[in-house]
This record gives sequence, structure tokens and C-alpha cells, in this order.
Amino acid sequence: MTDLFDLLASLTQAPGPSGFEGGVAEVIRPLWEPLVDHIRVDRIGSLVAVRPGQGGPPRRRLLLAGHMDEIGLMVKAIDVNRNGAGFLRVTPVGGVDRRHLYGQPVIVHGRLSGRHDLPGVLGALPDRLLPESAWGQAFEYEHLLVDVGLPAATLRERVSVGDFISFRQPLHKLQGERVAGKALDNRAAVAAITVCLKLLQTRHHAWDVVAVATAQEETALLGAYTSSFDQQPDVALAVDVTFGNGPGATDALTFGLGKGPTVGLGPNVHPAVHKGLREAARAIELTVHDEPHARASGTDAMGLQIAREGIPTGVIGIPLRYMHTPVESLDLRDVRRAGRLLAEFAARLDESFLTTLTEALT
Amino acid sequence: MNTLLQELSEAMGVSGAEGPVRRLIREHIVDHVDDVRVDHMGNLLALKKGAGASGLRVLVDAHMDEVGLMITEVDSQGTARFEAVGGFDDRALLGKVVQVGEKGVVGVIGARPLHLLKSAAERARIVKRDAMRIDIGAPTKEAAARKMKPGDRAAFLTTYRELEGMALGKALDNRAGCATLVRLLQAGPYPFDLHAVFSVQEEIGTLGARVASFEIRPDVAFVLECTPAYDLPNRDDVSPNVAVGLGPSLYVMDNRTIQDPRMVSHLMQTATRHGIPFQIRQPGGGGTNTGAIQRAGSGVPVATVAVPARYVHAPAALISLDDLENVFRLADAALRDLPPLADLPG
Repeated sequence: MTDLFDLLASLTQAPGPSGFEGGVAEVIRPLWEPLVDHIRVDRIGSLVAVRPGQGGPPRRRLLLAGHMDEIGLMVKAIDVNRNGAGFLRVTPVGGVDRRHLYGQPVIVHGRLSGRHDLPGVLGALPDRLLPESAWGQAFEYEHLLVDVGLPAATLRERVSVGDFISFRQPLHKLQGERVAGKALDNRAAVAAITVCLKLLQTRHHAWDVVAVATAQEETALLGAYTSSFDQQPDVALAVDVTFGNGPGATDALTFGLGKGPTVGLGPNVHPAVHKGLREAARAIELTVHDEPHARASGTDAMGLQIAREGIPTGVIGIPLRYMHTPVESLDLRDVRRAGRLLAEFAARLDESFLTTLTEALT
Repeated sequence: MNTLLQELSEAMGVSGAEGPVRRLIREHIVDHVDDVRVDHMGNLLALKKGAGASGLRVLVDAHMDEVGLMITEVDSQGTARFEAVGGFDDRALLGKVVQVGEKGVVGVIGARPLHLLKSAAERARIVKRDAMRIDIGAPTKEAAARKMKPGDRAAFLTTYRELEGMALGKALDNRAGCATLVRLLQAGPYPFDLHAVFSVQEEIGTLGARVASFEIRPDVAFVLECTPAYDLPNRDDVSPNVAVGLGPSLYVMDNRTIQDPRMVSHLMQTATRHGIPFQIRQPGGGGTNTGAIQRAGSGVPVATVAVPARYVHAPAALISLDDLENVFRLADAALRDLPPLADLPG
């Protein structure tokens, strides 16, 4: 458990709200650098790493996308109480679930004069001190405040409207191989891609493998659109988390933790890519579960698929409980399995796969 | 770093299961007191004999319990249902990390993901605690039952931190009071016998202080507390009840008690004489062990000194370390300057 736990711990502790991925990119770069030939940050902030394949020309390319951004908050205003204590009013970055925000530990990434990372906590007044219209509901943003315990005058010297705020929660070991923490959506996928790149070091693979830690998925799918255009892959895979079966989520289309990754199926997914993933899973005796997406998959695949004249795309999902909270939980074995599945799929790609892509759509 | 406050904050001591915090406090005071014992309720009672001629029996109380949760059932999914021990806003529980039992098994409290909620109304609805579960990552009911069982307590898992001049941690209500009472025992002796009570079960009805004050039958008593500060900016607010950073907060009246006016005057005059800042907590609402102590035996003159704290009964409360220091200074001075009962200021 330890290696992968430590990897995920360092990945999740790096801050990376959408549009502020510099910190997490700095953590991923040294992890990937020894495993690839080229690595760079592209024009919008995605980290792009290329491991060349061993096939002859024309060299084909497989793109693996795992978004590195996380949901967070942004400073909307600096407020002050009658005694001069400073407070931050905030607005969400990405799909934040405000039902859990009260009492949540955070880090304010102050950028006004150098870099000030300020630990703080989200607070609110009790209902009876708020307008009656706000009673008995999840706190509205207008009633939530971030408190870093500084006088307003000092706060104004260190923090500016527009600064990012990330959730503050270490990665916790739960029972067995389960872990809980912040930003597992989607550092779990970054970890799975890292596992894949390590496995490919000792395997023959004909195609280039382009690993992309995409930026701004949570807000705009931005890194998916641009990296798919830029890299012009022959096949692309989005690796993301999916809904884990658990408290509050026992419906169909939720997936048990520790029971294997999912492979997406639906309009977002090229049927031959889905089939190729299932065949790769069978070859290594890995249990995977079909995950039907009736419409959009809610992942980078939505952007990857529609770059240029269209890219054959697939989706791999890692089951995760409590998505978009700082207590997201998953089973490390599913991360490892997703990495093995990616490596097997990559290593099996050859020219004949291009034929199956066209044949599947006749 | 205030390591005493850190240890106290991070220790577990949910009402009725104060063992870990009681053992910790005992270690810190045992070398500084003449007698220490635990009563039938679990109150930790310490006697610091007086050095002067005063025959007063003085009780100083700080409750050591914290609000928390109790496991009521391990369900078929391997997660646990729970009840609240003490007053909670359900919104403080969702999305938080907890520790279960004295071994501190780590668990989380989540809910149905936002993405699967159908309407804006659902996304704004408070998740009630009946619908929440503690998830320790156990794959089956059997695996879960080996790590937690009905009756186990759970508390927030929060690492204590200090900001610039502020402390941020769980259970500062009332480990801040405990920290001050420990320091008083270390700072004494006082002119009279000081009976320190680290009381249990304040959060579920001030029960520990009730029996402790009956046992001790003090002449006068002080309560060290940590009081909620609602000093967030708010357009509609008339005035904050107390404010963080403005000094020890003196109670005059709460839901249950009109504090003994002679004791309140003594505290105010002591603060003024020693140049210690203080603020009067806006009267009304709330309640402390003062109510229980005042009613004990034939009645006890009693008053409360509290550290103001934002976000109590949540994963991390915030207090000013200056306020904490000034509570110690005021309590210490008020004890040293305590006049005979008949001479208390009217």
C-alpha cells in the first residue's frame, strides 16, 4: 500500500484549483520526467509528457488524459467586522457542494505580495442571526466566510480578490486499502497514469504514449480540448473517477470500491476503444465493469473526442465515494488496476487496431 | 506553539467518555496538587492547599468533555449510523473526518454526490444526520464490526494549528478552559484551598458540575469556559455577543443563570486594577456549568470567565491566544485578590 499511498498523498496535498494548477504540475513533473522523453507545460497549463513507442513510421499516438485540477473556491471580497477582524467572502471554482462547506479547513493562496499560503476555516453565523429566508438550508455563499484569523488590514496586504482557495485535508488511511482525502478527483487518475508509465518502461509498445495532466477540467474541459487538438492522437483515453457505491449512493450505475475500474460505453466512447479496453482487461485477468453513459460522460472524453475531425476516445473510471468533498474515498487497488489496464491497452496497440476502429463504424 | 493546548485539543473526550482527556490532564497536574481523585461520574477533582490564612473553599470548574457522536449501529454496508452527543448543526458534520473509539479509527462522513442530485432544492437541502453514515472504509459489516461497535464515541479529527496569534483546533470548547485551570494549579498556591474540577458531561446538561459542586460545597466558584463568538460581519446584526481578540468574556446572564453580581464586580474590578482587557458577553442565550454550581447545596456565588471562540461545535474553532493568556491572568489575579465573602463588592 505504501508506495501508492505516498504517491497519492503527495499528489493530493499539492494545491490545484482549476486555473491554478502550477503547484500540482510541479509535483507531477519530477514523477513523470524519468519515465518519458519529453515533458512540458503547454499554453494553457496542462502538463504534457511523451514516451515514444518502438514502432516504425508512421508512428501512432495514444493520448492518456487525467485532469490535475480540483474544485476549490476563490476570494470574492475582503470583509471586516466592527473590531477590524478580516474575513473573506468566496465564490466556487467548479462544482462545489456547498452542503458540506461549514467548518471546512482551507488554505488561502494569497498572491498579493509574494506567496502567502494562509490556513483558515469556513464559518458562518447560526441561523437565528441570519435572515429567516436562509434558515434550515445549506449555507448560501453570501453567508459563508473564510477566517484566517488576521486583522483586515494585514489580510488586505496579503490576499487579493481573485486569489484561489483550496481545501485542506491530509490523505487518510482507512481500513484495508481504502483512503480518504481531498482532490482524489482526479489525482487518482494522475496516479494511475504514473503506474502505467512505470509499467511501460519494461514493455514493448509500438505507439507513442502521450500522458497529459490536463488543466481546467472541472470548469471548462479546457485541457482536454486543447491537448487533443495539439497532440493529434490516433486514440485518446480519459481517466477519471466515477460514482462509488456507498452511503447515499446505492443506485444502479454506482460501482463498488475495490472491485475494479469501469470502462465507459456510450456516445462519448468509440465502440472499438471500449472493446479494446475489455480485451486488454481480459488478457491480464482484470475485472472491469461496463459503465454506460447515456449522454455525456462528464469527463475529459467530452473534449478529447471532438478535437479536429474527431478522435476515437474511451473512458476509464475509478470508483470514488463522496465526489467533490474533501473526504472523497477510494480503494488503492482500483488505482493500481486502472494503471495496469492502461499499460496493457497501450502495449497491445498496433496498425490492425486502426482497422478495427473503422470497421466498428461501418 | 502552546503544546498544552495542542495536546488538550487533539485528545478525545466526548461527553460520558472523557477518559483520554482526563488521563492527559491528570499527568499535567499530579505534581502540582495535594490530592487528585476521580469521582463516580468521572469528574477529575484536584485539591491545591492554600498558603494563606483564608478559610474560603473556592471551586474553579472547567468542563473537559466535548460534543461528539456515538455509534448506534453498524449497518449491512459496513458503515455506521450515529447519534449526536451534544448540540450539533448537521451542516458541521458533512464532509468531515472523524476518529472512532479510543484507538482513533479514522472515518469520514459523506453523502450522495452533488452530481446525482436532481434539483436545485435538493442541492440546498441540509443532509440530516439520520441520513449520514460514518465510513471507515470497511468492505463488509463484519470487517466494520471488528473496528467499531454501538456505544463507541467519535470526535472530529483535526490537527491543532496556530496562526498568527490565533489557535485553530477541535474541542477548544472547553479545552481552552482546561488549559487555564491546569496553569492555575501550576501557578498556585493561593491564600485558600483551591478545589479544581475538570468536569464531565457539560455538553449534555451540566451534569458533572452538579455533583462536583455538591461534593465540594464551595463558598464561591469560578467557571472557566469557551463561549461562542458571533462576531462575523453581518449587515443585519445589532452587535456581536462577544468578539475574538477583545479579551476575557464575562457572563452576566445566560439562559439559565444570572451570575452572582458580587463575583462579576470582583472580576471587573480585578481586570481594571491589573490592566487586563475584558468584555461583557451580551446577555441572554446559552448556558454553562454556572447554572449547576449555583444550585448546588445551599447555593454558591459563581461567575464565568470565557475565551471567545468562533465556530465551536465544528471541526475547528478559532480563538485568540492573547484572549487565552488574559483569561489566565484575570483568573489568577481574581483568585489572589479574592476578599472574604462578606467583603465582596456589592
